[in-house]
Amino acid sequence: MAHQSELIAEDIQAYLKSQEQKGLLRFITCGSVDDGKSTLIGRLLWDSKMIFEDQLAALSADSKRVGTQGENIDYALLLDGLQAEREQGITIDVAYRYFSTDKRKFIVADTPGHEQYTRNMVTGASTAQVAVILVDARKGLMTQTRRHSYLVSLVGIRRVVLAVNKMDLVDYSADRFEAICKEYQLFASGLGFKEITAIPISALEGDNVLHSSERTPWYDGPALLEHLETVQVEDSAASRPFRLPVQWVNRPDLDFRGFCGTIVSGTIRPGDAIVVSSSGQTSRVARIVTMGGDLPQAVAGQAVTLTLTDEIDISRGDLLAAPEQRPAQSDQLEAHLAWLHEQPLAPGRSYLLKTAAGSAPAQVRQVKHKIDVNTLQQQSAETLELNEVGLCQIAVSKSIAFDPYGDNEATGSFILIDRLSNATVAAGMIDRALSGKPSEGQRRLPLDKADRAALKGQQPKIVWFSAPLEETISELPQRLESRLHSLGRHTCLLDGETLRATLGGTLGDEAHLQRVAEVALLMIEAGLIVLVVATAPSAWVEQLAEDRCLAGELLNIKRGKAAVIDGATVVLSDQTASQAEQVEWLVENLPF
Amino acid sequence: MTHLEQLEAESIHIIREVAAEFENPVMLYSVGKDSAVMLHLARKAFYPARPPFPLMHVDTTWKFREMIEFRDRIVDEYGFDLLIHVNQEGVKQGIDPFVHGSALHTDVMKTEGLKQALDKYKFDAAFGGARRDEEKSRAKERIFSFRTASHRWDPKNQRPELWNIYNARVQPGESIRAFPLSNWTELDVWQYIHLENIPIVPLYLAKERPVVERDGMLILVDDDRLKLRPGEKVQTKSVRFRTLGCYPLTGAVESTAATLPEIIQEMLLTRTSERQGRLIDHDQSGSMEKKKQEGYF
Repeated sequence: MAHQSELIAEDIQAYLKSQEQKGLLRFITCGSVDDGKSTLIGRLLWDSKMIFEDQLAALSADSKRVGTQGENIDYALLLDGLQAEREQGITIDVAYRYFSTDKRKFIVADTPGHEQYTRNMVTGASTAQVAVILVDARKGLMTQTRRHSYLVSLVGIRRVVLAVNKMDLVDYSADRFEAICKEYQLFASGLGFKEITAIPISALEGDNVLHSSERTPWYDGPALLEHLETVQVEDSAASRPFRLPVQWVNRPDLDFRGFCGTIVSGTIRPGDAIVVSSSGQTSRVARIVTMGGDLPQAVAGQAVTLTLTDEIDISRGDLLAAPEQRPAQSDQLEAHLAWLHEQPLAPGRSYLLKTAAGSAPAQVRQVKHKIDVNTLQQQSAETLELNEVGLCQIAVSKSIAFDPYGDNEATGSFILIDRLSNATVAAGMIDRALSGKPSEGQRRLPLDKADRAALKGQQPKIVWFSAPLEETISELPQRLESRLHSLGRHTCLLDGETLRATLGGTLGDEAHLQRVAEVALLMIEAGLIVLVVATAPSAWVEQLAEDRCLAGELLNIKRGKAAVIDGATVVLSDQTASQAEQVEWLVENLPF
Repeated sequence: MTHLEQLEAESIHIIREVAAEFENPVMLYSVGKDSAVMLHLARKAFYPARPPFPLMHVDTTWKFREMIEFRDRIVDEYGFDLLIHVNQEGVKQGIDPFVHGSALHTDVMKTEGLKQALDKYKFDAAFGGARRDEEKSRAKERIFSFRTASHRWDPKNQRPELWNIYNARVQPGESIRAFPLSNWTELDVWQYIHLENIPIVPLYLAKERPVVERDGMLILVDDDRLKLRPGEKVQTKSVRFRTLGCYPLTGAVESTAATLPEIIQEMLLTRTSERQGRLIDHDQSGSMEKKKQEGYF
């Protein structure tokens, strides 16, 4: 039990000493709505003294106000942190809870069972060592149970607790419990779990949660908390090949050059050889430096600073590794992606791929198949939508060092970031390197403007300022370009007057406009956003758009009384005095 | 590794990531115990170099005097660059927590002061010592927590955070608040301070101090800006503080715990959470969430 030790009152020094050796367990709880997950976590927190009196007073008041348990405490309210969620009665996001007993400190990733299940579960599971999967004893295995189990296995969790809850509602039936266990064992046999521990519990009544219950005499295994206190998770990370992604090069003066990072696997001692993955250069460890003094040895999990015996070129993003067991190296990867964003995957688009060590632009070439997370069936797919999981072929703009995710989660994982919105859009788990460059068949031939624009992460566009720009807004095109540039867009500004000299100054107006248009069309072919400043009749610009551009590709900017957008025609209000406001209005309202 | 060693390594990793990924980070230093731990971890992360970012204290002018003395001593001892920011507009308006209440004082001197300072120095990342176990709305906050150009936090639009890979991308004007102590609990913090012998403000330890009982809280008579109300009298009591902030808003607890082990002992034997001593959380249900959306740390 938690902090019940008599030592606390009698001999605090001795108690503190005994606490120094405590370990840490991170676990995730998965369950459907009404499986009693919140009640279970609430009970664990309460019984380990992590709910304090004032919180309880607030909780009790809240329970009466919006609770669903009558006069009883509604534990769900304790867990649903954000006001918006409490009002809607749903848990939207992953929340982290903390409690500890005399044996271990626990970090619980609490994930909602329904909404955004894949995104939240993958997020919560990515740092967990054990998964507690809740099942309602009355209902048995549900679609959700299978989904949760698959996602947990996808993220590499190998130890699972099947908590069969609400045993009080099936009269603590051993037969019912056995039947559910058997069915689960059968289903989970393909998921690669090392250990499945089934425990009959009642979160509401407290049976087998903290202590073994007398109401399940037929069950001789541990109570849930006992199991969590003792489950072996001290994994093999320390005995696997040495890996350290360099985070920071420490150079306080010319005499010291240290490489800072967290050892993600293996063990290192002064004198050990290391190789720098990107360059292949090797050296030996001179010192393992920490503020508390140099270490004779450091293992997986420790954040250290290494100095080497040779002056070799190492920078952030390099992976230091054991030379006899080097990581794989490739710019062509096959990986499972879990898509986390409302905007679906766009194959060919340039995303930023970020690993523990560094980041590089990358494209998803192809979705090989997606996986129905409810049935585990593979289905063909062109793209991945929010909460979908698929196996994908990815091309990175430079070769990266990695290990397959199954061998090393820290060097086999990555996230994809959208380069325009900066949102984290996917979680990736590398399966293997694809041999060589993609074949001709896989490469798109010939490339078109969509391919070129995808690399820049934008839609090509011509923004044509066709009306004369009076003094007060004469800088508008430059300002707009500068603003788009700051948003990461690739642009070019064409000034009709300046171009006259180079494109042929003797031509008549219409022939000159035609040449300016051809240049602009070439530039959108290259994937750019082109801003054209050239006075032209509206009908002529509209004809150009219709004849030579895709819908919405050419925007004709005019002046008028009020700001409106009508299809491809954009009217700037001449009432708006400030050019800065005009720019913001354009950026907000046009699809850049 | 023990749980404290694991937490320490995780925090050092986060601190190094921020230093490496951002152009202009700053460490917010509140002078409290969590800040003390964060500072200690920052020193560890870059030893033998000094941390490659300045510290910043947003001073409300109502902090305990002992906090200010302690702050200046620590900064001097470790050779940190310290920026001190005071919302001068608030000072001009004469914001007084005794007169204007905790909500307005906190909003003007803390939240606005912080935003001013971040804008003034154009920091793109700011470390804070907040922990997820402190308060319900913090339980879902990311370690790299995104803020818009107007410093707002959008709890429904947070970036998913996987493994220990942090998304540090921001547009000009936007920023990240980074919380290296996210996974620590109050108990972890105290155990670590004890184990590592980290200096803390003496106000955390019990001592005979002059206090006034007001609105159910024991307020320290820290200077003559505290005006006694009718019927109030200054009493000398053995008290300590579980949390430190502005002295008019921070209640003392009666205690005889004068050493770290005694503090930890008292904490383990009591069942009152640490933020109870702070007035700002009790203004209304969900008040911390609201403050955070507006830019409070």
